[in-house]
Amino acid sequence: MTIFSDIGRYLLMIKGMFSRPENGRMYWKEFMHQCTEIGIGALGIVAIISVFIGAVSTLQTAYQLISPLIPLSTIAQIVRDTVILEFAPTLTCIVLAGVIGSKIASELGNMRVSEQIDALEIMGINTKAYLVLPKILAGLLMIPFLVIIAMALGIWGGRVAAISANIISGNIYDKGLHEGFKAYNVFFALAKGYTFAFIISSIPAFYGYYVKGGALEIGRSSTKAVVVSCILILFSDYILSALLL
Amino acid sequence: MIEVRNIQKSFGDKTVIHNVSAVMKAGQCNLIIGTSGSGKTVLMKCMVGLFDPDHGEVLYSGQNFTEMSPEAKTEIRKEIGMLFQGSALFDSQTVEQNVMFPLDMFTKWPHSKKLERVNEVLARVNIVDANKKYPAELSGGMKKRVALARAIVLNPKYLFCDEPNSGLDPQTSLVIDKLIQEITKEFNITTVVNTHDMNSVMEIGNYILYMYQGHKEWEGNNREIIFSKNQRLNEFIFASEFLKDAKEMRMLEETGRIPNHRNLDDTQK
Ligand SMILES: Nc1ncnc2c1ncn2[C@@H]1O[C@H](COP(=O)(O)OP(=O)(O)O)[C@@H](O)[C@H]1O
Ligand SMILES: [Mg+2]
Repeated sequence: MTIFSDIGRYLLMIKGMFSRPENGRMYWKEFMHQCTEIGIGALGIVAIISVFIGAVSTLQTAYQLISPLIPLSTIAQIVRDTVILEFAPTLTCIVLAGVIGSKIASELGNMRVSEQIDALEIMGINTKAYLVLPKILAGLLMIPFLVIIAMALGIWGGRVAAISANIISGNIYDKGLHEGFKAYNVFFALAKGYTFAFIISSIPAFYGYYVKGGALEIGRSSTKAVVVSCILILFSDYILSALLL
Repeated sequence: MIEVRNIQKSFGDKTVIHNVSAVMKAGQCNLIIGTSGSGKTVLMKCMVGLFDPDHGEVLYSGQNFTEMSPEAKTEIRKEIGMLFQGSALFDSQTVEQNVMFPLDMFTKWPHSKKLERVNEVLARVNIVDANKKYPAELSGGMKKRVALARAIVLNPKYLFCDEPNSGLDPQTSLVIDKLIQEITKEFNITTVVNTHDMNSVMEIGNYILYMYQGHKEWEGNNREIIFSKNQRLNEFIFASEFLKDAKEMRMLEETGRIPNHRNLDDTQK
């Protein structure tokens, strides 16, 4: 069964990442480089998606809440909670799995196929530690940060939509935002963010690092990396919701 | 000196290297020759530990590399330079950064000293005014030379070159061969070169290991190879009429006569 041997190799890769860096400064440099690649590189798409998701949530919630018994500020509450609980962490990370995941897989895949990884190994460098670990750590730092930005922008996008479509005024929206706010939801969202961050960075790194063959296989493995990451994100989303909510 | 003892390597149920042994001395070019697919790259990768052999061992200056702990292997690897078949330059880095990389990683030198060393080795391989170029902007021959510069920047004791002149024109090939040979002599390096280039064999083959379908078929030097009676070797090395003539010229130079001249064979028939 290849799936079991894949899981075994994945765990070995994770284990192999932990060794004394040959040169701390070079590792730090690589980590900072990955932080910019992941953080700045994905900021634009995250911003666009979250604003629109927030806006659409507002319109659709307003469309479904037609009972006169429910105060209008509830719309803001619902938008806030869905954005924080689901849209900001899960949807953002699904998109990031495509954006960051394919980049990590193809970068490492290219290095493997063109023997750059072998060249590093020959120099006496632990390539799992030098190439994979900084990507995972940068993912763990930057992706939850992107999730927080997505929350803020999603809620803001909802507000803009509420005002411009004449659904509720900015004041009522803001009032609704403060009603029944649970800090636990943000904690839950961040727990998801960290879990997904690990998936988005480590799964594509695995597929890229162990690529065999040529350019065609790099493409294939990065597609596979994105698909597997997305499935694992949705699966762990379910598990975390069952456990933590 | 590198000793290879009874190396065997298979992928799945296909054995690619069968029980190969060799002794490769310092200060000379040790060639592994053979047709494509005969196992040259796999043997070389077994020697440097990129592949684990199924059995057998490799000794670096008497130390058993195959059985070393990962930490000890790392120490040996710091003394190994390798030139890969596709150059394997880091394509996100400039020529200068590529060559400086091993220095950045393994020395605590100030930048100026590192730069001085980089320019020194780049000049050694005849690369000038290309420090800020990216690998994608270089020709095949330049890439090979930059990769060679990177391989020797830390003054390795062991140098491995996988087909250093495949895909290059004969003149550039010769330049690379000469470079490898000079560096080997100059710094008393144990150099191992995979090749199927006949010029290299004749020019720099101090020790030649001929691989045939994963077996060691023949070993010797570039003088002995002229007189070898091994049929597979002769078919491989002296494949064209031109090379057969060249071989006979060499024989004539060495011994003053041509044994079993082909034309004589023909008339005898
Ligand atoms: N990673 C690998 N997995 C399976 N088979 C391999 C691998 N690398 C090489 N081989 C096989 O080993 C044989 C020798 O290959 P190689 O050493 O690359 O030949 P060459 O002499 O041209 O360098 C070939 O038949 C090749 O298909
Ligand atoms: Mg080869």
